[in-house]
Parts: sequence; structure tokens; C-alpha cells
Amino acid sequence: MAEPRNAQFLPPLPFAMLIAGATLAVASHTQWLPFWVDFAAAALLVWRAIASIRPGALPPRWLLILLTFSGAIGVFFSYRTIMGRDPGVTLLVLLLFLKLLETRARRDVFVVAFLVYFVALANFFYSQSIPIAGLMLLTVFVTTTALVGFSAPLRPVVDDLKTAGRMLAQAGPVMLLLFFLFPRVQGPLWGMPQDAYSGVTGLSETMSPGSISALSLSDAIAFRVKFETEPPPRALLYWRGPVLSDFDGLAWRVGLPQLRRNMSVEAAGTPVDYEVTLEPHNRNWMFALEMPARIPPTARLTSEYLVISLTPIRSRVRYEMRSFPQFQAPSGGGPEDLAIALRLPRGVNPRSLALASEWRESLADNSAIVRRAIEFFRGSRFEYTLQPPALGRNSVDEFLFDTKQGFCEHFASSFVFLMRAAGVPARVVTGYQGGDTNPVDGYMVVRQADAHAWAEVWLAGNGWKRVDPTAAAVPVRVELGITAAAPAGATLPLLMRTNLNWLKGLRNNWEALTNQWNQWVLGYNPDRQREMLSWLGVPQPSWQTMTVMLFWSVAGVLLLTALWLLRGIRREDTAQRAWLRFCDKLAREGLARERAEGPLDYANRVARALPARENAVRAIASLYVDQRYGPGPDTRSIDRLRHLVREFAP
Amino acid sequence: MKLDRVLQYSQAYNFFQWVFGKHAPEPGVVFLSQRRVYILPTRHGLTFGLAVILMLIGSINYNLSLGYVLTFLLAGLGIVSILHTFRNLAHLYVGAGRVAPVFAGDAAQFELVFENKSDFDRHSLDLACRGARVSCDVPGRHHRSVMLPAKTEKRGWLQLERVTVDTRFPLGLMRAWSYVQPDMRALVYPRPDSAPLPPTHSDAETGDAVSAGPGADDFAGLRPYHASDSPRHIAWKASARSELLLTKLFAGRAASELWFDWDRLPAGMHAEARLSRLARWVILAEERGLRYGLKLPGVEVPLGEGFPHRERCLKELALYRG
Repeated sequence: MAEPRNAQFLPPLPFAMLIAGATLAVASHTQWLPFWVDFAAAALLVWRAIASIRPGALPPRWLLILLTFSGAIGVFFSYRTIMGRDPGVTLLVLLLFLKLLETRARRDVFVVAFLVYFVALANFFYSQSIPIAGLMLLTVFVTTTALVGFSAPLRPVVDDLKTAGRMLAQAGPVMLLLFFLFPRVQGPLWGMPQDAYSGVTGLSETMSPGSISALSLSDAIAFRVKFETEPPPRALLYWRGPVLSDFDGLAWRVGLPQLRRNMSVEAAGTPVDYEVTLEPHNRNWMFALEMPARIPPTARLTSEYLVISLTPIRSRVRYEMRSFPQFQAPSGGGPEDLAIALRLPRGVNPRSLALASEWRESLADNSAIVRRAIEFFRGSRFEYTLQPPALGRNSVDEFLFDTKQGFCEHFASSFVFLMRAAGVPARVVTGYQGGDTNPVDGYMVVRQADAHAWAEVWLAGNGWKRVDPTAAAVPVRVELGITAAAPAGATLPLLMRTNLNWLKGLRNNWEALTNQWNQWVLGYNPDRQREMLSWLGVPQPSWQTMTVMLFWSVAGVLLLTALWLLRGIRREDTAQRAWLRFCDKLAREGLARERAEGPLDYANRVARALPARENAVRAIASLYVDQRYGPGPDTRSIDRLRHLVREFAP
Repeated sequence: MKLDRVLQYSQAYNFFQWVFGKHAPEPGVVFLSQRRVYILPTRHGLTFGLAVILMLIGSINYNLSLGYVLTFLLAGLGIVSILHTFRNLAHLYVGAGRVAPVFAGDAAQFELVFENKSDFDRHSLDLACRGARVSCDVPGRHHRSVMLPAKTEKRGWLQLERVTVDTRFPLGLMRAWSYVQPDMRALVYPRPDSAPLPPTHSDAETGDAVSAGPGADDFAGLRPYHASDSPRHIAWKASARSELLLTKLFAGRAASELWFDWDRLPAGMHAEARLSRLARWVILAEERGLRYGLKLPGVEVPLGEGFPHRERCLKELALYRG
């Protein structure tokens, strides 16, 4: 398979298309690539543009090798490694632009095009949103147009665009079949690079003043919920996340998770059934409405009523849950559990300790102390703010008695400190509070901005009981959400402000679309594939069954495509067909036409042989000659010719 | 069902017929039916397949749903390109066109006529025959003729060898090709050497003894053009005024007659050298507007002039078998 002789000739417009494809593929990588890589890519692109005008400006081989090596060394110094996802993609981008610089012949064009496809795929490591998908579709379209242009350099680019567009449209059905029917395997196939899941936001294992208020600036979605039953009122929407028991005076930390089999929840109301679609956050916990009663089979419940997954949540997952918004939680109150829930750091917050011991002495039991503390929070004039002043070593004292400005982590932290100081077992629970229902698709959306921290106290006979000191101090936070609770000047995310209704409507539509995208495109995994196939009537498909289904459906679609493509391949020459049919009829009677015999001569001979059919034979021959050699076809004559031939019997 | 008939309809059978069978030239217009269009991936097509497999493995490993989408879209593109490449070549008609005679050593230009009776255009059809390559596009319901050059070495008839028609349109990932061998031959004249024209000499049989001097070009009058007249004697200005094409008559013309005789050439001369010399003389004589005749052993072309006469003489020289 030799290259065409003019392999050295690169038609300029398809080459410009190829460069455009490479640029589009790299466009969204530039936001995370090291600065010098963006710069180098731009410089290489400019160099290539100059070289297109002056071919002498292409670099010699030794310079290219030097550039490649310096690129690899640069990547090493940027990341301190060349293994892993980010260094790999960085190298790929550099390689693409160096190859573009080296492109002289047709075979280089293919290498560049395939590198563009790889870089396009690498985009999905960082984002799989609808805009990125659109951008990558455009990239593939432009690159395919370039390939078409190189294989037909004489055509105008518009025709190349049309051909590429048609081919992509025809590849669409094949893509859909492969996407839905290709036997899916749950990855990873081998160990992932360490950096594969960096940069996800969400709650963490520690809570210090400011950590949750930082989250409240993000309107990124934490998870979506679809309620099967009536959703509980907003004030009961506490989504339970990590439980923090260790306090060092400043920050709260999670304890070691202990799995328990005999955790029980006593229902005090109707259950709520719902399905959560959780965004990846690279931790094990799975959010559930308090208190979870039935959990998914792949999940476990810890002694702190936290639902955890056995592996970190690294891709979007869907799970079904049942919870009781009104509950009693009597488990997890063993002596060692309660001992942990009473530990305090020594020598800090003397004023709080004094207040707590005063309550201990004056009040009869633990529930009275809790009530007294709630009253304390309600009665003191606390201010709810996203920018609380910095706190020193005695953080609880300073917050409770001096600054009185804080966010939910300040309230929860100081409440639990007071409880422990008074001898009431208590702990901090973090998670999300609230959620907005999108009227477009009915999904409840819970955002990072809904992150919240509250407290739990152990009351003998009742079990763990939720106490939200923030709700006591700032009731509007829980009743109406953070938007209403935050002061007017606070820098909340633009889209979370209430007065932009049209913007909200737009956002609701967009998020409903994104949700469908997440559910059906991004969330299409082996489970969903089984679900869909059983809905199609194949309950337990083996991979063999799926392969057979895939094969036949793709073959069917390709057959239809082929019929569509080949529909105009044979021009309809009805006159010719009728005439040949006529000749066949005569040939069966031993009156075959001679090779060199014209239609009129043939008709004469046939007329002599079959005097009874003379009129019909001459009419057919004459009509055929008119249609075949005369000016322009005439449908009525053709119809008549076909009729005569059909009726003709020698 | 006869096995033979089944086999005839299989591509493999056709392919082996072409590779190992006899390659008889096909008369008339050759129709590239689907049975004689073969298709395989190019080197780039195989690389593309490898790239798609790598992308699939990456998508599985990283659970990239959109990675699957992109991979499968490219796979679909590759599969669809098979149909497009096939469609670009199948159902074309290839006919033999003209081929002008050439002198040995020059390239004979074989004209092949592609007829596209389909509604859609065909692009980048490459023709290859013995190292020569040409490319052409054929719009829908049109025909295009392509000149395929072929090197000539020997005089005589040059049969066009098997021509490979192939195409990689639209993506270059697939190559569809077909073999055609139209019944075409080019006449190759002996290569003329560089000898000068011999002086005209008196010939006892004709009795003319006037040498071709300046007097030979004395204008004597006009007469209507005959097909055998040399184009250089056409009186263009006079013809423009008249309804007829007119030829100038010269007083000395009848005198300048030459016989090119194989036997009069030096005795030791090689047969091919003689033919080259005679070809050279025929060309020079025709250029000067002389009347000339050719005598070869067993063949005699009587005196004459004009292009058809020259062609006839050269053809005798080309096909001479000693």
C-alpha cells in the first residue's frame, strides 16, 4: 500500500482544520496544565503557522528531539514524576504539538489526528459535563473533516464538512448500540494513578472553624434525591454525614469507624423511601436522611449510624434508602462509645467549663441540661455570619462570650463542648441540611452550600438525640435555608440568591438536563445495563447473549445504512430495463438479439419471424429507440413501453 | 445448486481468478460490480483500530462514560467508512478511450474513460499501472477521461497492462480497489535517429531530375484541399475568404520526390538502426512537405504526402518483422 506520489503535498485548508481540531482538543486542558505548557503549546502553534507560509522554518530533526526531551524534563520538574494521570496528559499534549510541528507528509497527518482523539478522551478525566461533551464532538467533527480533506484535496472544504457530518450522523446509531449493549465491565482493570481523584470538593474527616463556611460558597451539587414517598418537611431534612468525636481544642476529627451488625432504629413515624444519586467525593461515606433504616446491599452501617461504602465513592453512584425522619436511635451507646463521647481537651475554655459545671450542679438530669443549653443558645444574641472573626486557643470561650459571631460549625462545636463539660455524652454530626426541589424534573438537589454541622446527645432511655444549636440560635437557617439565614451582604454564590427568578428558572432547566445526562449517560454502568436489558425482556443476560445481540443489531443498522448510501448507485433507466426484459422474452423463444444488432434491425428480424406480433414488436422497438436516443425522457412513453413489454407474449 | 455458480459469486473466487488466473484483456466497457471491488484497511486503518482499542481500555479502567461514547463514535466512524469507501468505487464503468501513437522511449498516454451513472460524486480515484499513478474525481452522472502514461521501450504494439483502480476516500482508513484490463494498445514507432535527410536524387523510373531548390517553392496557384495534403500548404488567408479550404500548389513540388529504401542503406547497418533512420527521414520529409515513398523488404508504400501517409509509413516501420 504505497503512499500517493504527492505525499509531500499538504493541502492548506485541511491542514488548518487539523490544527483547529488540535486546538479544540487542548482548549479545556489549558485551565489546569502548568503555565509553561500552555505557553509552549501556543509557541509551537505559532511556529507551525509561520512554517506553513515559509516551509524553510520547519525545525531540523535534532532540534525536535531536543525539544521533546526538554518537554519531558519540564514535565518531570513540574510534577516530580512522569507517571500518573496529569503528567501523562501533559506529555500527550506536548507530543501532539511537537508532532504537528513535524508534520510534513500524509502519514504524519494520521498520527496527529489519532493524538487529537486521545487528547479529546483525556478531557473526560477532568469533566464529563454537557459543554465538554459538545466541545469534544466538535473536535471530532473538525478532525474528521481534516481527514476527509486530505483524502480528497481537490474539493472545497464545505463538501468535506458535509461528508464528515454525514459520516458522524451515520456512525451515531452504531455508537448508541455499542454504548448500550457493549458488555460493561466495572473498572478499574488495574491500579489507578494516585492523582486520579484529586480536586473533588465536599465534607472531610475534620472540622475546624471556617471549614464548612468555605463549602457554603460553592453551589456545586453534592447529591440529588428522588423521593418515592412524600418528602419530609424542610426542618427534618438532615442528611447525615461523618460523625466527629475527637476534639483537640480547635478541630474536630472522626473516630475509627466501627461496623456494627445490630444497629437498630425505632420508628416514630412513617418511613420515607428515596433514591440518592451521589456525586463522587473520594470518601467512603454515603449520605442518608436521618435515620437510615434500610441501606443498600453494598453499604455498611457504623456504630455512629453512618452509612459507608466499602470503596471510596469515585464515580457517581445511585442507591436506594429508607429512613425514618422521626426516630429513636438506641444503638451505639456502649460504655466505650459513651467514654469517647465525653472526652475533652485539658486546660482550655475555662469559662465554658465553669458554665457547664454550674448547669450540672443546679439541674436534675441530662435532658434538663440539654434544654438549658438550648435556651442559652436561643437567648444569647448570636450572629450568623460567613465571615466570623478568627478565634484563638480558647475558641469555644471566645465564641460563646466574646465575639458571638459564627457559622454552624461554631455553634455545633461549642454546644458539644458544653455538653461534654456538663457530663452529657455528645458528638458533632456533619452533613447537609435542606435541599431544593427542581420543579422541572422533581429531583431534590442538595448542594455543597447546604453543608451543615449539628450535635447529638445521648439520653439514657432515648438513645442518641439530634440537637441543632444553629436552629436554636438562628431558626431561619433550618426553616428557610442558608440563603435566608445569611446576612444580605454575604457573598453567596450568584445563583443561590433569591431575587433572580429568571436565572433560577434557567438554572432549574439546566440542572434537570444535567441530571438526565448524569442518570442516563454518565451513570450508565453494569447495573443500569442489566436493568435496561431486563426491561427489554432479557432478564439475566450473559456477556455472550449481549455480544450476540450487539452483533445482530449493529449488522442490521449497517445494512440499513448501506441501503441508504447505495440508493442512488444505479441510475434508474426504466426504458433500458423494459427493453432488456423484452429481449429476454424473445431469447427464450430462440430469437436472441445478436451482439451487434441494433434495436430496429432486431425488430425487423423478429417481425419477420413472428408476423402475428409485428405491430407490438415494432411499437416497442420504436418507443425504446425514442426514449434511448431521442431528446429527454418522457414518462408517458416509458409507461407505455413498460406496459407493452409486460403484455408482450411471443 | 452447482458449486461453480456459488463460487463465481464470491469475492475470494474472483480475487484468486485475478491473481492466479489468466489476465485476458476485457473488450468494451468494464463494469466494476461489487464482486470485483475488494476492500481492506490501510496501515492507518489498522493503527486507528489499535487506537480505538486503547481508548476502550482507558474508558473501562477509568469508568469514563463519555470515554465510551467517544470510543464507540470513532468505532462507528471506522465501520461506516468501509461503506463509504466501497461506495466510492463500486458500480463505476471504465471504458477504453483513445491512445495516440508515440515514438519508442516516449510515454504512451492511454485514455481511460470513467463513467459514473450514480447520483453521487466519486472522489480521489487513483489509477496505477506499472509505477505510473494518476488521480481523478468523477461527479455524479458524468464521465471523465484520464490519461494514464505508460513507458515505451520497443516498437510495435504496446498492450495496456492490468490497471489497479483504488480509492481511500473519505478517511484514508480503508482502501477499496479493483483490477481492470481494458483491451487497449498503443502503436509505438521506432525511435528516429538524428541523421539529416538525404539529398533528393533523380530516379530513372520517374524521369524527374529537378532538385529541390528554392524554385520548388514557387507559388503556382490554389486548388481545393484534399485529405492527403500537408497542413503546412493550406492557404489560410485565401481559405478564410472562400467557402472551401484551399491548398497552395507549388511549381517545383512534383520534382521533390524521395524514395526511402531499406536496401539502399549501408550494408552493415542493423535492422533496428535502419528502421530508426527511415523513421527519421519520413518525419523530416513530411516536415518539409516533400512527396516520399517507403520500400521495405516485402512492403512498399507508394509515393504520397500528408499526415495519413506519414502515419502509414511509420506504422509499417513500427510493425516491420524482418
